[in-house]
Amino acid sequence: MSIRIHIENCDDSFPCPDGSNVLRAMECLGRRGIPVGCRGGGCGVCKVKVLDGRYRNEAISRACVSAEEEAEGYSLACKLIPESDLSLRVIGKMARSFDISRGAFHFYGVPATAPHRS
Amino acid sequence: MAMTGVLRPGHVALRVLDLEQAVHHYTEVVGLAEVMRDAQGRVFFKAWDEADHHSVVLRKADEAGMDYMGWRVDSDATLDRLAGELEASPLATEISWIDAGEHPHTGRRFRFTIPTGHVMELYAHRDVTGCATGYLNPEPWPDDLRGMAPSRFDHCLLYGDDLDGTVELFTKILGFNLAEQVVAGPDRLQIAAFLSCSNKAHDVAFIRQPMKNKFHHCSFLLGSWNEVLKAADIISKKKVSLDLGPTRHGITRGETIYFFDPSGNRNEVFSGGYIWYPDKPTITWTDDQLGPAIFYHDRKLNEAFLSVVT
Ligand code: FES
Ligand SMILES: [Fe+2]
Repeated sequence: MSIRIHIENCDDSFPCPDGSNVLRAMECLGRRGIPVGCRGGGCGVCKVKVLDGRYRNEAISRACVSAEEEAEGYSLACKLIPESDLSLRVIGKMARSFDISRGAFHFYGVPATAPHRS
Repeated sequence: MAMTGVLRPGHVALRVLDLEQAVHHYTEVVGLAEVMRDAQGRVFFKAWDEADHHSVVLRKADEAGMDYMGWRVDSDATLDRLAGELEASPLATEISWIDAGEHPHTGRRFRFTIPTGHVMELYAHRDVTGCATGYLNPEPWPDDLRGMAPSRFDHCLLYGDDLDGTVELFTKILGFNLAEQVVAGPDRLQIAAFLSCSNKAHDVAFIRQPMKNKFHHCSFLLGSWNEVLKAADIISKKKVSLDLGPTRHGITRGETIYFFDPSGNRNEVFSGGYIWYPDKPTITWTDDQLGPAIFYHDRKLNEAFLSVVT
């Protein structure tokens, strides 16, 4: 029986084939819900918090998930291999990368100030 | 004008989460040659047409991203002169000299941090171990190429906060020119700068973002649009994480495709562009035309392309 991934934010779920990471399973089915970036555990846009279930993490960048966060269940969906049904909350956001009203480019979670050298 | 001063990008040092996966990617997918591993476990690579010992350096770390980028200057005299000017400038911080030999086959390097938080190096010597086809009656390309097989490491695009300071350092001290720029809003705030120290449309580019020391991509040169399309085939064949393309940039006119290494560092392979001369006026793009400026064919901004960095 295949593992199911439940995404709390949008109350949606999809199956995850054995051994696949959660992000790949979502993308293969054409589903949405978790932002897709590098798919390599480096950029952090696919950050999730596992609320329930067993899993293991492949190598993830400490710039995105600290060791303490990892111990609390934070992970990156592209490096998250479920070992049972999982319930997740999506944490990562794709930036609204270009927004003049907020001073040119800005990233998610970062104050949108464009510093000037005076 | 003969090229003097800073000649070209000489190396890029990247952090990867899994060294063997990364080595496989940079050799079998990108198609660089592994030239050496050192006692620290760093792996050194070069592209087939590069004369010097290495151009890409990988090390295993627990974060992805770029450690530093290195610039080849024309002489020891230039190295000393530029080091002195950087030392005297508030724009360059965390200054140090790295001993000759710390990078294999490489002379002393002058290391400094630029206002956007990126670490840069200058050096004047690296042993010429030769390109794959040699220098006496060479064939146009070598046999046994693998993957995309670019001829050289070409440039990086980097994100950081103090774009003004970084552009000032590169233009006023290092002698780069502003080939293209993007400006935004009624004040025409510069949000992107494409800087050239050579005849290329860019040797490095920076985008203003409110964070320090972020890496957007390192790029490698291919010979033709057809090779870019073949790179797209290789990305699917090898199940590599595709970012965007094949397409064309309005900015620099390059024909391009973007993809990620197994640690999430973005790579580009590209062809085309134009030859830049110092008397060419700077090209300016406005934010209302940013779609075609970045992706000329579909003319739309792409959130993942603009916001995913390591
Ligand atoms: S998509 Fe970049 S860390 Fe998962
Ligand atoms: Fe590029």
